[in-house]
Amino acid sequence: MSLPQIEIQLIAAVVAVACALPGVFLVLRRMALMSDAISHAILLGIVLAFFITRDISSPFLVVAATMTGVVTVGLVELLNRTRLVREDAAIGLVFPALFSIGVILISRFAANVHLDTDAVLLGELAFAPFTRFVVLGYDLGPRALYMMGGILLLNILFILLFYKELKLATFDTGLAAALGFWPGLIHYGLMTLVSVTAVGAFDAVGSILVVALMIGPPATAYMLTDRLPRMIGLSGLVGVASAISGYWLARALDASIAGSMATMAGVLFGLAFLLAPERGLMALARRRARQRWEFAQTMLAIHLFNHEGLPATDKEFRIEHMHEHMRWEPAFTTQVVRQAERRGIVLSRDGYLSLTESGRQSAQQAILN
Amino acid sequence: MNNGKKAIEVTDLTVAYRDKPVLWDVDLDVPAGVLMAIVGPNGAGKTTLIKAILGLIRAAAGQVLIYGQPYLEQRRVVGYVPQRESVDWDFPTSVLDVVMMGRYGSLGWIRRPGRQEQTLALEALDKVGMRPFAERQISQLSGGQQQRVFLARALVQEAQVYFMDEPFQGVDATTERAIVRLLQDLRAAGKTVVVVHHDLQTVPEYFDWVTLLNVRRIASGPVDEVFTEQNLRLAYGGRVAFLSRDSRPDIGRSADPAAVGPMARHDLEPSAAPQESSE
Repeated sequence: MSLPQIEIQLIAAVVAVACALPGVFLVLRRMALMSDAISHAILLGIVLAFFITRDISSPFLVVAATMTGVVTVGLVELLNRTRLVREDAAIGLVFPALFSIGVILISRFAANVHLDTDAVLLGELAFAPFTRFVVLGYDLGPRALYMMGGILLLNILFILLFYKELKLATFDTGLAAALGFWPGLIHYGLMTLVSVTAVGAFDAVGSILVVALMIGPPATAYMLTDRLPRMIGLSGLVGVASAISGYWLARALDASIAGSMATMAGVLFGLAFLLAPERGLMALARRRARQRWEFAQTMLAIHLFNHEGLPATDKEFRIEHMHEHMRWEPAFTTQVVRQAERRGIVLSRDGYLSLTESGRQSAQQAILN
Repeated sequence: MNNGKKAIEVTDLTVAYRDKPVLWDVDLDVPAGVLMAIVGPNGAGKTTLIKAILGLIRAAAGQVLIYGQPYLEQRRVVGYVPQRESVDWDFPTSVLDVVMMGRYGSLGWIRRPGRQEQTLALEALDKVGMRPFAERQISQLSGGQQQRVFLARALVQEAQVYFMDEPFQGVDATTERAIVRLLQDLRAAGKTVVVVHHDLQTVPEYFDWVTLLNVRRIASGPVDEVFTEQNLRLAYGGRVAFLSRDSRPDIGRSADPAAVGPMARHDLEPSAAPQESSE
């Protein structure tokens, strides 16, 4: 691997983790779409700040764009609070307005700078290593790496410091407010974090794919664990995996790096969605099937249990008539009887079924519940 | 003990959504050490009253004092149990973790819960009979179990005044008895407990104080004085035919939880000896 290749992957991985961290809380707060809104609306802030500073890498630009993100959240809430517009519609009204103003400004006044509409949508990760961070003549590496590294540190610090507050305000806003942790403040803190991250990642992956990296890895992690600390850690790992595998996919296909990263984020989610050991679709189907068979065996046991010791119930115990009593398909009945036998619930002798002691117990237990 | 002192004083509390009043000029005096039900028809403003007292909803007018001080200064002595449905039970966390959230208020900003908080949380889980579930993911709980977890979380707040929003909503009979027992233990320990309640039949049995609410305060006071057919008719608009005199023989009761009768006695694991409050 050449140095620029390593640098690109490093930047991609840092962007992915930086996005995944606040993304966890967006997913848990059911605010995934807010990342979409913010990542688009910041374009307006970037453009306006660019007109003032005339410098695409000015820190003022980052601050201004971040503020646009937070303002977007505020506007959505303002519109929502009138109760004339629902939240999803409010999001859909606010950010396209801001974004499109940004697009118009770029196409009208800034057509000859680095800000073009393609870069806005997809970023320019491949060119990231060309802009170097030079101090006193020493080349310290790509500038984007420092910028995203700083934002990543900020995210880690914020979540470490306010982990407890974020968790409480996300799980139970009412209690958070009653205990004196201002949920509104925490909310806007998180939204600022999302905005800064989106601004930083904007250059690398563009406004559309920020969303994929903010929502994909946390959603994948959510399929794989039911503890918040693990979900945060896993989100970071999945983010890195999406970034690195996306880079190599892009090389193999000779395609957009950012697009391939987002694709891999989607692929990884798809895998977790299907194969997650507890919550995945396959596990769910397996569990449902097993429950169906187990329930049938319990029904069989209860049937036998209810007829035990009653006079003239011989025929209730005949295996070949069992499906008539249970109103089951004969093939299904045979299968259930065989399984029940294997699990030691029933015994079959001379074409008759009888309950074992453990079968009697499980029948009794089922009736009691 | 705080007997004789007023735990909660609400004066002229009005809450409105735009020009539609939800609570109209409500006055409320709740002495310390009572177990009070707030009853009233749907839309009477029961939940709103609790939320306005806790400052979760802005009041259009009025004042709330907890032990003579505004709520903002008394947060530490107030415990809150929101409606069970108000949170996402698929949230990735464990029962123990949820209970520890009750300690966050005393921890304040940034400080993390530690061993002490964990011990308190486990004790509280013991009291509600949920200790074996401490490490469970909360989505695996039944409705009644969720409610017990919420109560355990309120217990670790070690408050003086508790506000509970429909703790009996959708729980089974066993859990209901367990909760009643717990509330009476709290009262025996000198706490004041305010419960939004739906079942009129059980008011005289469970509570010693009651507020009837229907946007305005209809009546508030000891159950045996205030919980009358006339007041109920005022609150519910004459639709309480099911509550005739002879269907509630045990009206009026002593403050001793042991006198509540066999119902509350036998179901829950014994709780630790109630601690005397040091107000």
